[in-house]
Amino acid sequence: MESLHSQLGGLQYDDAPESAAIAKIQSDYGLFINGKFTSPKDHKSFFTTNPATEEKLAKISQADAKDVDAAVLAAKRAYEKVWSKTSGPERAKYLYRIARLIQERSRELAVTETLDNGKPIRETRDIDIPLAAAHFFYYAGWADKLSYAGFGPDPQPLGVAGQIIPWNFPLLMAAWKLAPALAAGNTCVLKPAETTPLTALLLAEILQQAELPDGVVNIITGDGSTGAALVDHPDVNKIAFTGSTGVGRLIQQRIAGSGKHLTLELGGKGANIVFEDAPLDEMVEGIIDGIFFNQGHVCCAGSRLLVQESIADDVLRRLMRRVEQLRVGDPMDKNTDVGAINSAEQLARISELTATGEQEGATRLTSTCVLPSKGYWFAPTVFTNVSQSHRIAREEIFGPVLSMLTFRTPEEAVQKANNTNYGLACGVWSEKGSRTLWVAERLRAGVIWANTYNKFDPTSPFGGVRESGFGREGGRQGLEAYLNV
Amino acid sequence: MSDNRLEVRKTYKLLVNGAFPRSESGRTYEVVDAEGKFIANVAQASRKDLREAVVAARAAQAKWWSQSAYNRGQVIYRLAEMAESRHNEIAEAVEICEGVKAKEARKSVSRGIDRMVWYAGWTDKIAQVFGGANPVAGPYFNFSLPVPSGVVAAIAHPTHSFEGLVDVTFGAIAAGNSVILLASTERPLPAALLGEMSAVSDFPGGVLNILTGRVEELAPVMASHEDIDGLDIGNVSSSEHVDLISSAAGSIKRVFEDSGIDEATAVRRMRTFIETSTVWHTKGQ
Repeated sequence: MESLHSQLGGLQYDDAPESAAIAKIQSDYGLFINGKFTSPKDHKSFFTTNPATEEKLAKISQADAKDVDAAVLAAKRAYEKVWSKTSGPERAKYLYRIARLIQERSRELAVTETLDNGKPIRETRDIDIPLAAAHFFYYAGWADKLSYAGFGPDPQPLGVAGQIIPWNFPLLMAAWKLAPALAAGNTCVLKPAETTPLTALLLAEILQQAELPDGVVNIITGDGSTGAALVDHPDVNKIAFTGSTGVGRLIQQRIAGSGKHLTLELGGKGANIVFEDAPLDEMVEGIIDGIFFNQGHVCCAGSRLLVQESIADDVLRRLMRRVEQLRVGDPMDKNTDVGAINSAEQLARISELTATGEQEGATRLTSTCVLPSKGYWFAPTVFTNVSQSHRIAREEIFGPVLSMLTFRTPEEAVQKANNTNYGLACGVWSEKGSRTLWVAERLRAGVIWANTYNKFDPTSPFGGVRESGFGREGGRQGLEAYLNV
Repeated sequence: MSDNRLEVRKTYKLLVNGAFPRSESGRTYEVVDAEGKFIANVAQASRKDLREAVVAARAAQAKWWSQSAYNRGQVIYRLAEMAESRHNEIAEAVEICEGVKAKEARKSVSRGIDRMVWYAGWTDKIAQVFGGANPVAGPYFNFSLPVPSGVVAAIAHPTHSFEGLVDVTFGAIAAGNSVILLASTERPLPAALLGEMSAVSDFPGGVLNILTGRVEELAPVMASHEDIDGLDIGNVSSSEHVDLISSAAGSIKRVFEDSGIDEATAVRRMRTFIETSTVWHTKGQ
């Protein structure tokens, strides 16, 4: 068995590149306001680049306060004149249309996402895009059943939702924000992340194809100043933000006393807890998925590995063998496991924090994979000899860097897992169901994966406790964020 | 009882961790009735008293939540029983503090006690009403469980001295949180009675802590304290909300801003201090 494994590990793969041509990226993009794209000539602009090659992909418009104002007013008008008068069943049908259009254009969306974000095509094709479609399909069905959602007989929308999303799952986060908001009867102004605007702009085209009424969704690109203008706008009734805890805190402060509703989906430092009776092969795959999925650019990443002391050496050996097998490189190659880091800025942050890990005395183990010469890359890295006070055990790195710690008893595992201000997600690996439930009950986290990790589904509420934010996305609970209940 | 008998007065102290200490600061302030007549020198809690209450509340919350929902319901119901048997006493305190007619005071206390019973019934319904199974597309059993935020700090209504306490206290407690309640500065007597009754109602010490003192002194400390998870400022003047929320954002607290004592507001308040925790478990042979 061992020799078969090493034989498989030694197999060479031919290149299996996806074609970039299907993406049909334009040279420049305007803002999507009131159902139409503005002329790029009317705006300052910036480039979005392919982080795997550092090549410019397209020129993107920078929305200023005036543009934000136009987008919010369009949303407000659409809310008052059209969307609040559109019946639940009709809203549902628009959302079903959008879900179907995403499915129809899924390959184009997947390729565009991979080019713009740097994540492997295998992930955009199998996870990001199908899940985005599924979210619209799921919430479509809620639009005409809101009175059964558990928030009273006649729950009402909030009005205009300002939605700010991150760069790690660009289209998926847009779907997580837009689908429940529209189902609940709100209109939206969505601001995609500065480094990954392309699939949101493609989604704008899809909304046109769906003939969604003008102004119901407006998509404005830009940097942090665009987001700040949206947060500050007096006609916005609701802010939904996904991003760092630092920015989330600023937003909560900024809208204090304004009466705006707020949900925050912020950072994390998830613990993946491995007991000695864990199913070994699944567990190794789960640890890998937990931290190297999407280059570790995942707020719920299992970035702290807590292993029961009795099996720590064995787990580390198995883990490092698997890390060596990860294929790091061209995101457009269908065999790639780990793609490019999204930006030079993020790469600098990952490099800085990992350097701190070594300085503080942790032992660094890094994959010997060969990294491409152009683009932003970081080899999968595991730290051992990590103590709870180390920065790499406390701060969100948001990259392919795992910190391994050990524990002896379930009580100690729970204590260490909860020793963080965050509380987004945790994993528990054990074949003993009663122990898993005992641990799950004591973990302070919004999502707990038992014998799996990083699974998402539109029916399953996602979101954090403590400094990982408040409010849920997904499920019946996800509607609450967009209803006046 | 002879009319000329000298009354035995009560010393009003704090409730922290199941005990009744004076303020560590040694400070008191004078509380008067609706006519301005002296009632008592009440403990004026300090920041340090608050910090000690937080430590107690944090430890008690785990104990409280580890009890069965059935059991927690019975403990809250037990408190309603205690309150019912002291109905006259509470009503008298309300009458003295608020300067309302006796009949009105009794009605208000009745409503408050009935609302306690309502909360007692919530403890074992929350998981079913707000949680449930999620039909994910994959070989997983997935369920969402409402869990408490943790430690909630609440400020009592300045005038509804008893009735207004019940919602800000028991919404959070029924959901499994522990509470630090800051009593009305001017009308703290009914809160003190609530504290005494809770001490004989099988609450683990520290689940309900009651401080008396100045809102302007203690509310900002509640807002900035990093080990408080939720903050109910519905009863604080709205002009203070901006500063309190800005400060609460330091640790991303859940903040409740409404003061209504209707049922819909009560449910909303309860939901504010409930988190949804979702567990995925693999299915297989």
